[in-house]
Amino acid sequence: MSEKIKHFPGEELKARDIREGKVPAVKHRPRIRYLWSAGIAMSRFLEGLKKGKIVASTCEKCGRIMVPPRAFCEECFKSVDGYTSVKDTGTINTWSVSYVAGDASRIKEPILVAVIDIDGASKGMGLLHILGEIDDWKQIKFGMQVKAVWKPPEERTGAITDIKYFKPLKEG
Amino acid sequence: MATEKITDIRRMLHWPGHMETDYIYTLGIAGEKFFTEIKENGRILGAKCKRCGNVFVPPRLYCERCFEKTTEWVNLGTKGAVYTFTVAYVDINGTKLKEPIIYALIKFDDAEGGLVHKLGEIEPCEVQIGMPVEAVFKPQAERTGNINDIKYFKPQE
Amino acid sequence: MFGKKRVAVIGAGMTLFRRNLKETGKELAWHASKMALDQAGLEPRDIQSVVMGTAPDAFDGVHMKGEYLADGAGAWRKPYSRVFVGGGTGVFVIDAGWWHVASGQFDTCLVVAEEKMSSCYPHPAYAFTTIFDPIYSRPLGVTLIWIFALEMHRYMHRHGIKKEEIALVSVKNKRNALDHPCAQLGANITVEDVLNSEIMCWPVQRLDISPTSDGAAALVLASEDVAKKLTDNPVWIDGTGWCIDTTFWTNRDLYYPKYVQCAAQMAYKMAGIKNPPKEIDVAEVYDPFDYKELHHMEGLMLARKGQAPKLTADGVTQRDGDLPINPSGGLLGVGNPIAAAGLMKCCEIFWQLRGEAGKRQVKGDPRTGLAQAWGDLMQYGSVVIMRS
Repeated sequence: MSEKIKHFPGEELKARDIREGKVPAVKHRPRIRYLWSAGIAMSRFLEGLKKGKIVASTCEKCGRIMVPPRAFCEECFKSVDGYTSVKDTGTINTWSVSYVAGDASRIKEPILVAVIDIDGASKGMGLLHILGEIDDWKQIKFGMQVKAVWKPPEERTGAITDIKYFKPLKEG
Repeated sequence: MATEKITDIRRMLHWPGHMETDYIYTLGIAGEKFFTEIKENGRILGAKCKRCGNVFVPPRLYCERCFEKTTEWVNLGTKGAVYTFTVAYVDINGTKLKEPIIYALIKFDDAEGGLVHKLGEIEPCEVQIGMPVEAVFKPQAERTGNINDIKYFKPQE
Repeated sequence: MFGKKRVAVIGAGMTLFRRNLKETGKELAWHASKMALDQAGLEPRDIQSVVMGTAPDAFDGVHMKGEYLADGAGAWRKPYSRVFVGGGTGVFVIDAGWWHVASGQFDTCLVVAEEKMSSCYPHPAYAFTTIFDPIYSRPLGVTLIWIFALEMHRYMHRHGIKKEEIALVSVKNKRNALDHPCAQLGANITVEDVLNSEIMCWPVQRLDISPTSDGAAALVLASEDVAKKLTDNPVWIDGTGWCIDTTFWTNRDLYYPKYVQCAAQMAYKMAGIKNPPKEIDVAEVYDPFDYKELHHMEGLMLARKGQAPKLTADGVTQRDGDLPINPSGGLLGVGNPIAAAGLMKCCEIFWQLRGEAGKRQVKGDPRTGLAQAWGDLMQYGSVVIMRS
């Protein structure tokens, strides 16, 4: 703020007063429902997950094998040339340990989240997912090899959660 | 991008979801005064801009034309006139209402703007643009400082 | 010169930044706008165009928030538009205002930014989650902090940076904020305080993060002839730049913000800057998390890759250092009402270049200042360069 300005507008409220209903206010909970179309590429990806496969799309111009698959290559700005399956193993590109839920509340058992570069796709083609079967999160290393643990076929619905989590691959 | 003709509808996948969260809207500096007056004294206030002399309802902290702070509160009473109206026969989900609801924009003398509210104690076919109406409030003990502290506007006697 | 006319900033204003303010979004916008107009010595009728920057409608809880805020931004019956690029909005809005005047179409433009995050109750975190893909990401229980944590961790791993080095940024900025009259979280903390604070999403801890806030800020832009009539001390906008990267953020190496570099290069070219660390006298670099100040310093080429922590540890980025960064206190100290936070940084550069920043004033008569913001899914960079 400039030293020339003497008064600073804004009437502060206390969070407790709001919580206890002491502040005149109007409450509202908009309920907006959605049916998002998965689209051309994602539909194939979800179908692939149901079959226990990770699907990628390919662009012949730049040569990339892309996960998550898209219908058009955003770098060459043209339609992709095809779809293919890649492996369900990969390496950890980056990871975190979350003690926070989506609504900012605290959770006791942390979620281990990672970006996993998928084997068979082009370099750096990462997928966001959860890590599991890890007793001590301090053991997680950048570049660690991991493998998808799938739900049994009859429980898969064509969702990112058809993969339960990625677990560390044992050495050797 | 080439379009793909898909005849197997099961291949067109959709993902259902929702975006739901709670909101608490503070009334603001002007709004708090407006609704407190409705709650406690059962009357409607406007705010006057000293510079251009316009009285705004609902009242605001600033005149949007002169950009000056509004300095005076004006008691607009409880009587106004129907500027325009509509009759709703279905609710927000498209389901038929048992009784139609009449919504009107009610203007007040010597004030700009108006209040959108319901009309009551009148049949839809009887409503006329320009007809004088007055606010019917909930009993004071039931008022909470909310637009619904006014139940509806009814035709003036 | 880029554009038909040279553009100056001639007035600035802002409200307090707090977790909960009573004012509605419109009232906040009006307070900031009115102050900026008064400072510039202008009447509303002198403003020919208005640009509003405000981030997701989901925070204020009013759809089409740009339209809702318009009368509070003095836009009644005026050419008006709203811009929105996530957290990048606060600096992009001044870039957009620049087009209005530089094109010659308008002589004046009021640039306003507002956010009322407290409406989203009890916490805007849920509104944040809706920026993620509903099919790939949301079913995993994603929350916004994840992307910061994943990016911070990658940055630390790539350059071997420790948490203690990053915590110094939080210590510096919160201390700087003690001198900012509008600051929400000015405080004297230590590196130990940061390292002992609650783990949110490793490696992010509570004191690494800026708060959510309500607030608004505004600037008045004018063409050269108008500016010279109104003030002896115009601050010129000499460089603007903006850039977006792919939404497929899991396909990018997060250790370096290439899109910030692209935006910076665009602005440096326009401003004729060839050696940023030498030619920039003061910078307000976007710091929603402490590591982001370092990450962005490198993206802005104010430090070589991996070297920003050393500059911080050596005191170069303190107010009395060779390259003061975030003398205002940044988002970490002043607050983070998303769009208004970025414009607050622009206001700070304006006041610094005019020598009006009081206790926060950096020494040595700064002439060239830079403000930068960042947004979306780690995608967007916006930069503005000002000179006095």
